[in-house]
Amino acid sequence: MGSFLFSRLLSAVVVIVGVVCLVFMLIHLVPGDPVDVMLGESAMPADREALRSSLGLDRPLAVQLAEYLRGVAVLDLGRSLHAKQAVAELLAERIPATLELAFAALVITLLIAIPLGIFAAVNRGRVADWGAMGFSMLGMSIPNFWLGPMLILCFSLWLGWTPVSGREGMSSLILPAVTLGMSFAAILARMVRSSLLEVLDEDFVRTARAKGLDERRVVWRHAMGNAWLPVITLVGLQLGALLGGAVVTEVVFDWPGIGSLMIESIQKRDYPVVQGCVLFISLAYVLVNTLTDLVYGLVDPRIHGGGRR
Amino acid sequence: MIRRWIPYLLIALWGMAALIGPWFSEAGNVIDLEKILQPPGPAALLGYDDLGRSILLRLVAGAQTSFIVAVGVVGFSALVGSLIGLLAGYHGGWLDLLLVRVIDIFLAFPGILLAIALAGVMGPGIDNLIIALSVVGWVGYARLARGQVLSLKRRDHVMAAVALGSSRLTILTKHLLPLLMAPLIVEATFGMAGMVIAEAGLSFLGLGIQSPQASWGSMIRDGAGYMLMAPHMVLAPGVTIMLVVLSLNLLGDRLRDYLDIRLPKSAH
Repeated sequence: MGSFLFSRLLSAVVVIVGVVCLVFMLIHLVPGDPVDVMLGESAMPADREALRSSLGLDRPLAVQLAEYLRGVAVLDLGRSLHAKQAVAELLAERIPATLELAFAALVITLLIAIPLGIFAAVNRGRVADWGAMGFSMLGMSIPNFWLGPMLILCFSLWLGWTPVSGREGMSSLILPAVTLGMSFAAILARMVRSSLLEVLDEDFVRTARAKGLDERRVVWRHAMGNAWLPVITLVGLQLGALLGGAVVTEVVFDWPGIGSLMIESIQKRDYPVVQGCVLFISLAYVLVNTLTDLVYGLVDPRIHGGGRR
Repeated sequence: MIRRWIPYLLIALWGMAALIGPWFSEAGNVIDLEKILQPPGPAALLGYDDLGRSILLRLVAGAQTSFIVAVGVVGFSALVGSLIGLLAGYHGGWLDLLLVRVIDIFLAFPGILLAIALAGVMGPGIDNLIIALSVVGWVGYARLARGQVLSLKRRDHVMAAVALGSSRLTILTKHLLPLLMAPLIVEATFGMAGMVIAEAGLSFLGLGIQSPQASWGSMIRDGAGYMLMAPHMVLAPGVTIMLVVLSLNLLGDRLRDYLDIRLPKSAH
């Protein structure tokens, strides 16, 4: 167990260092001179030099990278070019909104996916199964930048039930959460179905049925109890993916989170902030994935021995 | 069973629209102030947008954009990704360790986040869009190819080829690659669906195709401001994207069943 924990944490550290290096490289992908792009051609030479040295672009690449890594370690992500504020501060202002949205979307995902998946599996091959999986296929194929506007049109503009955009109270959270959660719910529902179907074929389920247990007890206690593992992994992966998918949803609903900060900063060519946003979301993703792996390892004793690859 | 053929028909329509798209890109940009926001009717099948441009013609022109991006990105990522995966899985040892680390690092960026950042930093345009999405896209194919090779290289026919002294290149291209094709084709079909959404998504965010060139995503973005007056501006491109993606997903599902493959479910 100890070595499993150690190897998982070690590989997480390697990945984190790699992620930071990639994010660092982003600013060097700006076509031409990043300083020109950020300040415009008409900027004063003195301003250019000041920005160049504050971004560290006048130093060798290796030194810049070392500086950036050191900065990230102490949560110093540089300063915004427009807000005249530290990037870390800007991020801290927006993090609660993104986390709130991601958790709400996760709750919606689970509320839709688990009943739908179980319903489909129990009715395998019947019209109900076909309908549930058709619904899930549809959910996977609807892009969230279209679902969002459509929900706004129905529930905000026509029915007037929810605000069109912004973040004011529970009612403003519902549509963004549904928009963000829909495609994940669709994927998860299929996972729950196939996972449960696999377990329903096992001998112990037949035994439970043979004992005369009623079907509800067989499905919920005996079968689902063993079908949770792959579902937990996917939920963990999804919580992280929800943070990434939130970018588009936040823009659609003008939700004041990290995603909309990132797009605003791209438009203003405020690259240190863009780097900060990518870094935060990716690190959160790595963290959630590592935790999921560890929980999976704890729950399933078969894992620690061999490793998962 | 006509229903079975609907997805194939829709994908063929998409491809055909992409082929004839270049002839419509000019017509789709023609501004007619008389027809601003005109709803669909007998005279104009899908109506007109906020600048009086025909939505049907812009959908056809946009099909070209989404097709080029989807085929370009999937083709490039599948080629590069599976070669890397093949190499890692077959060579093993330090090379495998190194490549797996690189794959892990790229997988640490959720969804299209990295593509958004790359497209945002490199600037708009179809070529930058393809680069940004390929940088993110190759990883899935690499992971898939590596996993497959790890199990395939213990097969008898590969061992026999090794024992007979076949060169490494022959083994990789003649004995391993053909067996890899089936799962790669299935993954690529789902990948096309993902890329249609990704292209439209980036263009929706203003990071992809620039106006006046048509993209389904930027059409939704333009229409979002006129939803009460002219819902057709958002409905038409949205339904189009959904139908194409749905068809590709259905095709992928059928191919998977037909070729009898079990893929790890990729989280988009």
